[in-house]
Amino acid sequence: MAMENASSNELAVQLVDVNKWYGEFHVLKNINLNVTPGERIVICGPSGSGKSTMIRCINRLEEHQKGKIIVNGIELTEDLKRIDEVRREVGMCFQHFNLFPHLTVLENCTLAPIWVRKMPKSEAVKIAMHYLERVKIPEQADKYPGQLSGGQQQRVAIARSLCMNPKIMLFDEPTSALDPEMIKEVLDVMVELAEEGMTMLCVTHEMGFAKLVANRVIFMDAGQVVEENEPHEFFDNPQNDRTKLFLSQILNH
Amino acid sequence: MNEFKPLPSLPPPASLTGVVGWLHKNLFSTPLYTILTLVVGYLVISSLIPVLDWAIFSANFTGNDRSACESGTGACWAFIGNRINIFAYGSYPAAEYWRLDICFALLVLSFGPQFFDKFPYKMWLGVFSLTGFPVICFYLISGGAFGLESIETGKWGGLALTLMLAYVGIVAALPFGIVLALGRRSEMPVIRTFCIAFIELWRGVPLISVLFMSSVMLPLFLPEGMNFDKLLRALIGITMFQSAYMAEVIRGGLQAIPRGQYEASKALGLSYWKSMGLIILPQALKLVIPGIVNTFIALFKDTTLVLIIGLLDILATVQASITDPEWGSVATEGYVFAALCFWVFCFGMSRYSQSLERKLHTGHKR
Repeated sequence: MAMENASSNELAVQLVDVNKWYGEFHVLKNINLNVTPGERIVICGPSGSGKSTMIRCINRLEEHQKGKIIVNGIELTEDLKRIDEVRREVGMCFQHFNLFPHLTVLENCTLAPIWVRKMPKSEAVKIAMHYLERVKIPEQADKYPGQLSGGQQQRVAIARSLCMNPKIMLFDEPTSALDPEMIKEVLDVMVELAEEGMTMLCVTHEMGFAKLVANRVIFMDAGQVVEENEPHEFFDNPQNDRTKLFLSQILNH
Repeated sequence: MNEFKPLPSLPPPASLTGVVGWLHKNLFSTPLYTILTLVVGYLVISSLIPVLDWAIFSANFTGNDRSACESGTGACWAFIGNRINIFAYGSYPAAEYWRLDICFALLVLSFGPQFFDKFPYKMWLGVFSLTGFPVICFYLISGGAFGLESIETGKWGGLALTLMLAYVGIVAALPFGIVLALGRRSEMPVIRTFCIAFIELWRGVPLISVLFMSSVMLPLFLPEGMNFDKLLRALIGITMFQSAYMAEVIRGGLQAIPRGQYEASKALGLSYWKSMGLIILPQALKLVIPGIVNTFIALFKDTTLVLIIGLLDILATVQASITDPEWGSVATEGYVFAALCFWVFCFGMSRYSQSLERKLHTGHKR
């Protein structure tokens, strides 16, 4: 028992036999996943395969009904305090950015540090500007999200998450809603983040990104993990027929 | 090389701009529109002339009884001038009018500046108008403290009473409405059921019956010797009634906020109350400003119903005055005056809500 605890503490994220149902519909079936700190994982699969649901379980935007999810040594249960603890350490970027439209870019970034981390405003602004510089849009700090392009908004969303100094970052299809010419600017930021050693879980169909930064690619279908491998093996030598079909569909169009 | 150069932007053609362009485009663009413009113009002018004649040119503005108005064919505004104190203050003792005057002045001073974008201390003024202002006015009007003569609520009336009812109703109904709207969307069944029951109960009965219940029925159920003020009971009734309406307006705003906003604030670790207060409500309330102001305006006009429980608001004082044999038939003048008073305040609220919407607009919504 003691040994088990010790080993789970070293993992950033651990999913043990996780099951989830939406009403009668079985979305996640016996998911097992271990993520070590610093690891970059890309999750792909057809729509409706449960990949978004899985990463949304990691910060409890969705509840799981069976199994265990341990994030940063904290097991997710009904306990609101633990959920808040986990959410403070896990950043998330969404497909539709979900910036707060009534706040400026800077206010979007300082809100959580001020209200959740109880940081003084001047310090929060300093940190926000630091991250806005890193995503290369400090000059937009006083604009409202509605005045920015999609790519800029997604970079703000990344900066907003980073301001909470998270240990783990979740990306839920961060480039799917973007115009083609804006995808690169967002991916560049994500690559930089990966190179700095951030623990990342990305649901994405950007296979170039997966090849470049992922330690592991996970392919999901029908709520299950079908195949899991390091990127070159995964793309060049897929084992499962379902994986081969999926790859042929997304790579040869 | 073949470099791409965009064409220069040119000004629009002259026929589309200026007064002539506007007239042509909006009033005289086709023969049919020209005829329509002329016909409507004739109707407007021919109906405006007698109205202006009645209201201004042939009207009597001075005098102290009916003899002043017997000469003219126009409106008898002398009647309004003669009774203006009753319309404004009801049967409040004349020697104490200054107390109400201070309240009127404070009302203007705390809300007037909100119409000017550049005024610096608007936030503090807003806080004052929700906290200090009602307290000061209450002590000034009711007296009984600080050496002021105590004046019972039965003597309160006129425009002062109308504004008081509307102000308390508005200031109290908004927070109650917010709490009820959040409660109705709560995941906790007990709270949700309570809020739904409360809203449906109050929304399902007419305001008149609420006021009747509060003034006639409620005292019957209270234990012997326990009684509280009729005005206070009416105020509570109005507040409960309007907060049910307000709750539904605000719930409409809450439902219009995309799920992503809730998720993003959760993912950042904000608690329920913080995400409501900082993220969801500011956006939801902004969306339903027209609906909220609509409810405020309806509330303002509904206050006239207190007439039936014996509280004399401005409309009731007007009605009492027009039957006075000292003046002839001045019903039209009286009702026009009352209507104008209501219109001024309602229009003010409407303009304020529009300027608020413009100010809070932050580019296109995602």
